[in-house]
Order: sequence, then structure tokens, then C-alpha cells
Amino acid sequence: MSGFQHSTYTPKSGIGRWFDQRMPLPRLVYDSFVAYPVPRNLNYAYTFGGILSMMLAIQILTGIVLAMHYAANSGLAFDSVEHIMRDVNFGWLLRYIHANGASFFFIAVYVHIFRGLYYGSYKAPRELLWILGCIIYLLMMATAFMGYVLPWGQMSFWGATVITGFFSAIPLVGNWIQQLLIGGFAVGDPTLNRFFSLHYLLPFMIAGVVVLHVWALHVAGQTNPTGVDVKTKGDTVPFSPHATMKDGFAMVVFLFFFAYVVFYIPDYLGHADNYVQANPLKTPSEIVPEWYFLPFYAMLRAITFNIGPINSKLGGVLVMFGSIVLLFLVPWLDTSKVRSAVYRPWYKLFFWIFLADVVMLGWLGSKPPQGVYPTLALIGAIFYYAFFLIIMPVLGLIETPRKLPSSITEAVLQKKAGGSLAPAGATAAPETRS
Amino acid sequence: MSAEAIEPNRRDFLYIATGMAGVVGAASVAWPFIDQMQPDASTLALASVEVDVSSVTPGMSLIVKWRGKPVVIRNRTPKEMQEAEAVKLSELKDPVARNANLPSDAPATDANRTVKGQEAWLVMVQVCTHLGCIPLGQQGEFGGWFCPCHGSQYDTAGRIRKGPAPENMAIPVYKFTSKTSVTIG
Repeated sequence: MSGFQHSTYTPKSGIGRWFDQRMPLPRLVYDSFVAYPVPRNLNYAYTFGGILSMMLAIQILTGIVLAMHYAANSGLAFDSVEHIMRDVNFGWLLRYIHANGASFFFIAVYVHIFRGLYYGSYKAPRELLWILGCIIYLLMMATAFMGYVLPWGQMSFWGATVITGFFSAIPLVGNWIQQLLIGGFAVGDPTLNRFFSLHYLLPFMIAGVVVLHVWALHVAGQTNPTGVDVKTKGDTVPFSPHATMKDGFAMVVFLFFFAYVVFYIPDYLGHADNYVQANPLKTPSEIVPEWYFLPFYAMLRAITFNIGPINSKLGGVLVMFGSIVLLFLVPWLDTSKVRSAVYRPWYKLFFWIFLADVVMLGWLGSKPPQGVYPTLALIGAIFYYAFFLIIMPVLGLIETPRKLPSSITEAVLQKKAGGSLAPAGATAAPETRS
Repeated sequence: MSAEAIEPNRRDFLYIATGMAGVVGAASVAWPFIDQMQPDASTLALASVEVDVSSVTPGMSLIVKWRGKPVVIRNRTPKEMQEAEAVKLSELKDPVARNANLPSDAPATDANRTVKGQEAWLVMVQVCTHLGCIPLGQQGEFGGWFCPCHGSQYDTAGRIRKGPAPENMAIPVYKFTSKTSVTIG
């Protein structure tokens, strides 16, 4: 799986040779995206990396264009967004693509992350690849949060107030940090200006980390649904046309759903209160973050009691940030030698319970913080932590995995032959397959 | 090894001098970049506000903006005051008054949440001590304030009673300059 070590690129034209001797960019592209070998058994869950790259490009393109019409000033911002919607040619389309693009970016990243958790994509030698992914996810959250503040609606303002308020929970220096972030005693014009500046910067930082992420991926090679390492050339197919075609098809299907939301229900994922201009003297009757933050929001609100010297506010903030820190530690929390959940019956069960738990937390995050909801959120948060800190380490030690196939090719042929063993010839001479 | 080999030469000196200049230079250049994020002079230049409260009869509230935050001035009813006075200190989640007009360790009795002689008036930064939302007045289980964001409940003296907020709502520095006029800040 070492695409860079054995370059098979031979420039065919004169200009190709001229470039190759001076700056071999075409060689890099050829080795990374044409000849690069990928496991032959990748399913559609593996197409979301490509979809995410596409979404990043869409967000950067629409964002640059929107910035040409937007005014980052607390007196003008709200009206300038309405100006984009009503007066700018195709402004409504560009803004709806950008706003819903953020949501679809997160849909794709959640599929991508859960795919990684299911197939054990974070295990050696891919720990750095996983951590780079976690960094991208953090940058995405920061970018999305600051972008949501820019329209300067009620949810923008109060979302910014609540989220910067997290930092005031830090003992001693908390208030200083909060004032440093918002540039005042309350969210205001300085906050909006710096958020706009950073919202413009962070996507390019994401693009930079994506390059590192793909680099790390191309050194270790992709995992695959069996979790068995690539052993022979026959276990792989060239990136083009196989992966490009599959990724391309998945992108088109994804864009189909994206376009449906953009054109038919563009405000479905937003909140009506954000069409009311920010008012520092009135909090909306209920503050709800964007849907992709809801599970974390539910965990924040679940802690309503003091834990020893830690008060309820700091406790909630620690539980929320801790839930993301856990993701960084996953490569070392999972003690199992087997990568894929396909061969781990107990892990597979707990994986689906964990997924249901996160969905439940998301639902609870959208509910008012009264009645039975905080209690349910506490139970959900406890399971979230238990999954990473107890279930993952312990299962690896006590679980008996199913028998692994001896190679990717064997697994593929077994499936095709309905469970019977592969013909000896196919595995002995994989290069003869059609 | 000869003694000359250990003796630092010119390159060693330049290496250390350049490195030190680099470290000190980087630190001194970093500070303006951090400091510019802090509240600027126009934000800090906040005069105190004077409010005429002659029209605020018992049971009414007035909200004024001070330092970009809402400050509620409530003329409390006798019933509200009695409810707040009846609460034992041991029942409070935060037993400290949080009153900028009193020492920082003053207990959170109802009287300590106001200034002497004007106990009916509650003047308070109406910002939830959890994450900065504006609680809604005269709501919730304790008839005081209820924060719609994360469900914190305050009593009629603005003291935290239930929910995730850690502290009682803050009392700013204020004084009654006359019977009908309050100066905040």
C-alpha cells in the first residue's frame, strides 16, 4: 500500500517530461489518485472522505462569494444577510447552499467518524490519521459555530453568549479568557468582527490538515470492511477508475439529497429565531444550537449538581469537552487486536447501542431542560463515557472474535460463493481475475 | 580532548545570542497580538448610569443596559420579600451574597442582597451565572427568575436555587442618590 515508494508514472508528452524533471506535481497526482492501490472490498461507507472534500470545496467557494456582500458590523450584519437574500443575484441560492452545506458537511463527517469506529480504522498504524481527523472535526465545529454567529440573529447572539460562557467556568482565569474571546463584557461588535475574520481563516486551516490527513492515509493505506491488511497486489484495485467512479457516484447521490433540502426545505435545519435580529436584552424562550451540536449540548445540561469541589457549571463544561477528548484517545482505549466490528460480535452490539445513545442525546439536546429530560441526558452521558472508558478497553480483553479471513480476496470470494471456500486458483493467482 | 575544544567559539556565541533574541523577540511580538483581543478603550470607558425609578411601584421591574448587560431594578412586593427572608441559609446552593456593595464573604441573606434602607429594591445584573443567558422574571418554581437556556431557577432575591448555575446573580455597585433615583456603577 505504499503508493509513493514505487511510482509507476511515466510522462508521455514532452511537456509532461519537462514538468517531471522540475516539479513532479503530475507524478504526485498520478501516484495518489490514479495508480494508488485501494482495497478491492471497499463499500459505500468509504466514500464519505471524498464527499467531505467536496463539501469543503463547496463551503469555501460559496463562503468567499458571500463575504463579498456581507458586512461584519453589528449594526449592518443582519440587514446585509437579508440584502444577500433579496437583492444579490442568486444570493438566496448561494446563502442556502452555504448554510445547508454546513449541515451536510456534518452529516458526512458523522458517517465518516462512525464508519471509522465500526471498522476500527483508528488502530495501528493509523493512530495519527485518526487524530488528524479529530483535529479536523474540532476545527469544523469552531468554524460552524462562528459562521452561525455572522447573520446576527437571536440564535447567533445567544449561541455565542452561551458558548463563550463555557470558558468562564475555568477557575481563576475563566473570566479573563472569556473577555479575551469576545472583546468586551458581553458579546458585541468586537465579537462579530473577530468571528468573521476567524471564520474566513479556519476553512483554510482545515484544508491544510486535510492534506496531512490524506498524506497519513496514503502512507498507511486504507482500511477495509474486513480489517485484514492488504497482503498481495490482488487484494487491491487501482484508485482510478474503481475508487474515483464509486466516490463520484456517491457524491452525486449525496448532492441529490443536498439539492432537495436547498431547494425545497432550505430553513428546515435552521431555527426561526435566527430571523429575528440580535437583542442583547432578551434571550429567546429556548436556546437550541444547530442540530450537529445537540448531543454535546445535552451532556452539558445533564450536569445540574456539584461534584465535590467542582461546581455544576464547570462540571457540565468538563463533561462536554471531555466527550470530544475521548475521541482522541480511542486508538489506545480499544484494546482489541481485531479491527473490524464484523468479526467482533459484542463490540458490534455495543457500537449500535452507542450510536443509538448519541442519537438519543441529540434528541434530548433539542428538548427543554425540565422534567425527565435532564435525567435521561445524564443516563445518556454516563453510557457515552462508559462506552469509551469501560466497554472499549474491557471488550478487547474478554471478547472472542470470529475467525478472520486469511485475506481480503478470500473474504470477497467467500461472499460471492455464498460462504463456500474460494476456488484455490483464485487466491493463488489473483491477477488472473477479471 | 584539549581545553581549546571546550572553549566556546564565535559561532557558539552567535548561536546563543540569536536564539535568545529570537525567544525574547517572539514573546514580545506575541503580546500585542494577544492584547488586542482584550476589551478596547471604548468598551472600558463606561460611565455609570443614573435611573429614575419614581414610576416603579411595588411588583414592577425596570431593565436598564449597563456594560452591555441588562440590569433589573425591581420594586419587590412584601410577599416576595417575606418568601426570600423565610429561606434558611443552609437551603441555598450559593451561600454568598455576591453583592459588590458588601464584603465578598457576606452571607446571602435577603437583606444582604440589597443595600441598607432600600431592602424592597433588588438591583441585579440579570444575567444567568451559568452561561450568560437572560433569565425570565417572575417565573419558575421559586417565583423569581427562570433561565430558559439550561433551566436554572432563582428565587425572589435572585439567589440560585435549582439547576446548573453555580452562583447567585450578581449585584452591581449602586446607590440611591435620592428616593427616586439610582446610580449604577
